[in-house]
Amino acid sequence: MHFRTLLKLLLIAALPVSPSYAETLTIAVASNFISPMQAIATQFEQASGHEIRLASSASGKLYAQISAGAPFDLFFSADQDKPQALERIGKTVPHTRFSYAIGRLVLWSALPERQARDARYLIAADYNKLALANPLLAPYGVAAVETLSALKLHASSEPHWVRGENIAQTFQFVESGNAELGFVALSQLIEHPLHRNTPYWIVPQDLHTPILQDAVQLKYSENKVAARAFLDFVKTPEVAELITRFGYARPTAQNETPEAP
Amino acid sequence: MILSTEDLETLWLTLRLATTVTTLLLLIGTPIAWWLARSQSRWRGPISAIVALPLVLPPTVLGFYLLLAMGPSGPLGMLTQSLGLGTLAFTFWGLVIASMFYSLPFVVQPIQNAIAALGERPLEVASTLGAGPIDRFFTVVLPLARNGFITAAILGFAHTVGEFGVVLMIGGNIPGETRVVSVQIYDHVESLNYTQAHWLSGLMLLFSFSVLLALFVWQRQHNGLFRSRA
Repeated sequence: MHFRTLLKLLLIAALPVSPSYAETLTIAVASNFISPMQAIATQFEQASGHEIRLASSASGKLYAQISAGAPFDLFFSADQDKPQALERIGKTVPHTRFSYAIGRLVLWSALPERQARDARYLIAADYNKLALANPLLAPYGVAAVETLSALKLHASSEPHWVRGENIAQTFQFVESGNAELGFVALSQLIEHPLHRNTPYWIVPQDLHTPILQDAVQLKYSENKVAARAFLDFVKTPEVAELITRFGYARPTAQNETPEAP
Repeated sequence: MILSTEDLETLWLTLRLATTVTTLLLLIGTPIAWWLARSQSRWRGPISAIVALPLVLPPTVLGFYLLLAMGPSGPLGMLTQSLGLGTLAFTFWGLVIASMFYSLPFVVQPIQNAIAALGERPLEVASTLGAGPIDRFFTVVLPLARNGFITAAILGFAHTVGEFGVVLMIGGNIPGETRVVSVQIYDHVESLNYTQAHWLSGLMLLFSFSVLLALFVWQRQHNGLFRSRA
């Protein structure tokens, strides 16, 4: 008898207490976008009553985890390739991918005697090492290499390159002074109160292809109303404006790329 | 050939790094191990703890602090700059220094244990027979603690080959200079180049297994030898 009572109590305890319409979303987000995402998630939770859990890591790792069946509802990548690749292997909800932000590349030096507010030091080759994100792995690295090619400095600068595995590591190389000059992300400088007001050169966007960051709804979330609601929320002008305050440019309609076959 | 020229270059660089680090660590680790095994100083505890630190610290933490220390305003960086060597980050020798910190416990501890196991007796006997300290080291300690030295060399070498987090932090991924095999595998995986990642990883796995197998088989035979002699 006692056992049955206990069983009943356990069953009651296991019932969800929260109202059924509140859902929990797990969002996989590229490490470089975690700060804006936290702000967006908080606003969304307040506005909708849904709960959000954020899992942040390098986009490549998140891609591998999602292909292996990780329980994520949405994926905010730092590039376009990985959401597109997930589309191709059928891990996404069709027609949900869109560009939510454009990364801005900046040339920067952490040394106080350097005032790298233009490409002067770069053109004069006046640096020991030039830090950039590994172009094989990171869109910021691709943009940096394209910029160097556009300035006809690719070949002459290459022997001085040090490649960070991602833009965060590249930032450490420059921030610690080990590399006198480096291509980092505007969002990183804005996030660091210490460096926000140091001089830097925002690379004009016509020197490289735009660093588009795509988001996509994942198959795992198919029955969740909140997943679509969150994507719509990110597209509102208020959130787009919030994203620009973190050092990103706003994507326009012409940035959209067609669905992968 | 399944491995590309770049892959082979990273393999060669890794072997060069591991050999350099192991050689230097045997030279530097032996006096430290000797002191730790025989000293009664109250500094023994703290020094042992420092030597063992890389076993506990995540490699990225160690790498991050080394990056700061090697930077132009870090203590190591100021030292190397005043010596006219520039800064160490993003160079082969920077990796050597970092790997020496990282692999230190793997070399010191086996030697320390082997020396401690010798006890005072053999050295006292050698001393009464008129052997000086250097003579005693080469004719008594080295042959009797040989197992410890070989274990230390193999573990130090293998551990350096497998090093990743530290190299990633201070290497800068320069081909032929700091791009070692573990970083190359990481690049392959991250750029979704899984086939090449598999080949290199498989090679690493085979290598690590063979080294450890050789070590354990060798140790077993030699322990057997000592037992039958006793």
